[in-house]
Amino acid sequence: MNLRGRALGRKRHGAGMLLSPAVVLLLVWSLVPLAMTLWYSTRNYNLVDPTLHGFSGVNNYWYLLTDPDFLTALLNTAILVGGVLAITVGLGTVLAVLFDQAFLGRGVARVLVISPFFIMPTVSALLWKNLMLHPIYGVYSAMMRAVGLTPVDWLSNYPLATLVMIVAWEWLPFAILILLTAIQSLDSEQKEAARMDGAGPLAQFRFIILPHLARAITVVIMIETIFLLAVFAEIAVTTAGGPGVASTNLAFLIYSRALLQFDVGGASAGGVVAIVIANIVAAFLLRAVARNLET
Amino acid sequence: MPARHARVKRAAIGALAWAVALWVFFPILWMGLTGFKSEADAISTPPQLIFHPTLASYREVFAQENYWHFAANSIAISVLATIVVLLLAIPAAYAMAFHPGPRTRGTLLWMLSTRMLPSVGVLVPIYLLARNTGLLDTRTGLVVIYVLTNLPIMVWMLYTFFREVPVPILEAGRMDGATRWQEITQVLLPLALPGIASTGLLSMILCWNEAFWSLNLTSSSAAPLPTFIASFSSPEGLFFGKLSAASTLAVAPILVFGWLSQKQLVRGLTFGAVK
Repeated sequence: MNLRGRALGRKRHGAGMLLSPAVVLLLVWSLVPLAMTLWYSTRNYNLVDPTLHGFSGVNNYWYLLTDPDFLTALLNTAILVGGVLAITVGLGTVLAVLFDQAFLGRGVARVLVISPFFIMPTVSALLWKNLMLHPIYGVYSAMMRAVGLTPVDWLSNYPLATLVMIVAWEWLPFAILILLTAIQSLDSEQKEAARMDGAGPLAQFRFIILPHLARAITVVIMIETIFLLAVFAEIAVTTAGGPGVASTNLAFLIYSRALLQFDVGGASAGGVVAIVIANIVAAFLLRAVARNLET
Repeated sequence: MPARHARVKRAAIGALAWAVALWVFFPILWMGLTGFKSEADAISTPPQLIFHPTLASYREVFAQENYWHFAANSIAISVLATIVVLLLAIPAAYAMAFHPGPRTRGTLLWMLSTRMLPSVGVLVPIYLLARNTGLLDTRTGLVVIYVLTNLPIMVWMLYTFFREVPVPILEAGRMDGATRWQEITQVLLPLALPGIASTGLLSMILCWNEAFWSLNLTSSSAAPLPTFIASFSSPEGLFFGKLSAASTLAVAPILVFGWLSQKQLVRGLTFGAVK
């Protein structure tokens, strides 16, 4: 990179001017809301109760961390992220290998299988809630009746598991897309050589494809984690966090504290916790990406 | 004999892959079909694959639901945010790709780290700022948010594309006495046009589908399609035909965009880490 810079080297000065608008805007964007969140998290501040104000120290954090709803939300967040990751990475790897094979109409089939990724979250939530999983009118319920089973009201009885399924449907295409691209970059001579040496399909998968995919899998896990920690619209539209707090994750908890209960201080404390968690994940992702910059 | 064996195997793999593809795509297909059903057909049990198609639901979405109001918001917000983000990201990516300094690598990573800031973490201050500045439920408010949240990804994506442009070509232009402005507009941009186009496409897709900020910062006048569709989660949503027609109209344009740009998307979404 430095060699390249020297080869071009003239007036980096002027180039800096071109960089500064983006840098300044992102600096403001990354510092101001963060500072405000930290500030509010130490305040008594409720939008509907103006008599309540002033410094509260760590009370907001204390209330949040001792609130059983917070623990539930934290656990739900972990289940949602972990469940969706397990399904999308596991199934995604197998399907990426499948869609790498030569077969009739492969291009069209690939386009169909990655389509859910482009569906907006509110649409996919309503689509699953009403057209697929509705206990009376849903297609899946009809299929269950057809084989003699009693349809289940999925979102009422198993809200979190159903949300994991819906979100996994949205993110499976992403995993397939990335992993398929990675498989295609695998040297075909290497596969050929392995086959010559008598490696069966399973051995090829285990010893050639899987190691080759390691980095792509890391990228998929990291990027999905960032987005899955923030799953919101799917919950807001299908279960509104319920029944009770059965399907409330951290993102929805903060939203309900802030915009339904107008508790700015408490919601901000939750926001700080969310930022801390996301930063731990981000540190790993940045390390993975930074390695790539060197090549 | 081996040839026949290979053909059977290939057919089996094809059948399996198609079964998976159709199973994954089925909900979207079903939504498309339900949009052409009468409300009575849409909730008939068991659900019908064969039915008498009607445009009634679509007519209702256009006539009663004011679809164009929300679609216009989506288009205006996505297009404007994409233009602004490109205007900011192209110079920044140019500077870092062709005039890297000792801090360039750090700057790139720092930019990416701002994208990791979880939206919910800053929901409260952004909501209050938007309310106090009168930007709540305005298109401008959403454009500002979308530009800021997408800027890091767009800079990265353009940086990846720009680094593939051969340096000698830019140098040749400079030898001929091109100013920096001419170098960017007349040499770099035409060469990197495919990359810029896919960056813009990804920006459109991200803006069009964004749901967290649009649900929390808009209610009616600036509400884009994700907010519009979410309004169907009330009991009114039980009009399956209408819901399906509206949903199909909301996702169709961006679905086509996605199909067209899937290859470049991989690079953009993984910041070039997977090729």
